[in-house]
Amino acid sequence: MDTLVISVTIFVLAIFVGFEVITKVPPTLHTPLMSGSNAISGITIVGALLSAGTQHTTLTTILGFAAVVFAMINVVGGFLVTDRMLKMFRRKH
Amino acid sequence: MNVLINLAYVLASALFIFGLKGLSHPRTAVRGNLLGATGMLIAVVVTLLNRQIVDYTIIVAGLVVGSAIGATLALKVRMTAMPQMVALLNGFGGAASALVAGAALVETMLAHQRAPVDMLVATGASGLIGGVTFWGSLVAFAKLEEIVSGAPVLFKGQHALNGVLLVAALVFCGLIVWEPANTNWYWILVGIASVLGVLVTIPIGGADMPVVISLLNSYSGLAAAATGFVLTNNMLIIAGSLVGASGIILTAIMCKAMNRSLANVLFGGVGAVAPSAAASADAVYAGKIKAASAEEIAMVLENARRVAFVPGYGLAVSQAQHLLRQLADLLEARGAEVVYGIHPVAGRMPGHMNVLLAEAEVPYEKLLEMEEVNGLLPQTDVAIVIGANDVVNPVARTDPNSPIAGMPIIDVDKAHTVVVVKRSLSPGFAGIPNPLFAADNTLMFFSDGKRAVGDLIQAVKEL
Repeated sequence: MDTLVISVTIFVLAIFVGFEVITKVPPTLHTPLMSGSNAISGITIVGALLSAGTQHTTLTTILGFAAVVFAMINVVGGFLVTDRMLKMFRRKH
Repeated sequence: MNVLINLAYVLASALFIFGLKGLSHPRTAVRGNLLGATGMLIAVVVTLLNRQIVDYTIIVAGLVVGSAIGATLALKVRMTAMPQMVALLNGFGGAASALVAGAALVETMLAHQRAPVDMLVATGASGLIGGVTFWGSLVAFAKLEEIVSGAPVLFKGQHALNGVLLVAALVFCGLIVWEPANTNWYWILVGIASVLGVLVTIPIGGADMPVVISLLNSYSGLAAAATGFVLTNNMLIIAGSLVGASGIILTAIMCKAMNRSLANVLFGGVGAVAPSAAASADAVYAGKIKAASAEEIAMVLENARRVAFVPGYGLAVSQAQHLLRQLADLLEARGAEVVYGIHPVAGRMPGHMNVLLAEAEVPYEKLLEMEEVNGLLPQTDVAIVIGANDVVNPVARTDPNSPIAGMPIIDVDKAHTVVVVKRSLSPGFAGIPNPLFAADNTLMFFSDGKRAVGDLIQAVKEL
């Protein structure tokens, strides 16, 4: 149960950090915030890579492959589109 | 080796936090996003060093396919279509989490390892949240892309059915804990969650989409955090809770901006039927509407010292953002001050209008929040409403029985002159007439948004 307690502690603390950091994001950047945080939620790629690479069974390999594709769309699409948007905000005359 | 991998994960988590912190100002935001991406790159590279990986072909294939699709989407998407894009990305994040949790369950059972209860509970949570997120997001995508009607879909017993499905989903979560060796329970759970995801999203109408997308954004993070509990990976837990918190904050902001509770948005089905209590359109509009031509409006703009544009979803639909910026340039060249008033729920997602106007190279300093622009409006000569309706409806302040009662609005009616660009007098999403259109200081300009702004540019040039 020790690992569970540590994990829950980290979960709760991370939510507090999230609230502190996100409340400082101005409304004008809320769309890039969503796409950028979306890219971060693609972090499940880490689990997906292991399932696709350890290849215990055909089923887990297929699940892993599908998860890698979904997570990678999320990661690459999310960070790229956020970058595209944020560069428009930075443009100066 | 494991220690190094875990330390690298801590570094990646820190970079995610710094990345989000960078988004607190447009100047630092690009760098912040790059920090986040760097964290992700570190996480991926370090994971690939794991010795348990026996073969890289499938991994590389997945990375290439996913990157190609992701990059194509990101580089091709129009700024007006950003809500759909974000909805889709939310869904994919949820799907990935559900798939990873499922694969982890299958692997644990195959290895005949004892699965701790908390891991099994987390697996159930991943499957449930991931399934709801994926299918809910696909429905939101289809509504925004207008593949299906954006109108709320309501049927008798909808809430009861959703309740039954939720209970069934929780029962299957219990079965996963009870008999983890039977992995079918997990896939049945994902199936139920999928149906639930569709059913909870179809009753939500177009203008409530900002809330739904924010909520699904939060779910995609929570699904990732649950998967972190499945894999006992703290980086997933941290990243997932950051995203979860972000989505929850945006959801709360959107609800507050409509003066509605989350429950009311999710279950209310607002916009499905015209409220009978509201005054009829005829009574509000009869004989009081003043339609104006581009030339007449140009004459009003001729001596304006301050002009405020108030855009809504109609701006995105007609793609008028670039022309609007040109009109602003012309007015500024004539000595007027131009500002933009942005209501939090204008458009189909948080910050939608800001992105459109940034695309048209409007400096972000001119994009004012609701409170800020409301302070300026009494000293504003002309307020031009383009493609917005409910967010400028004064009934929100005056009629406590109205469906939008108490919703904070942009007080354009306090400007000396109001110009409303609109195709017709049709009501907005709330289905109620807008007395602003009949006010003494309002001029209606009946036209398509883009054509209207083009005509105004022409007329101002000819002054």
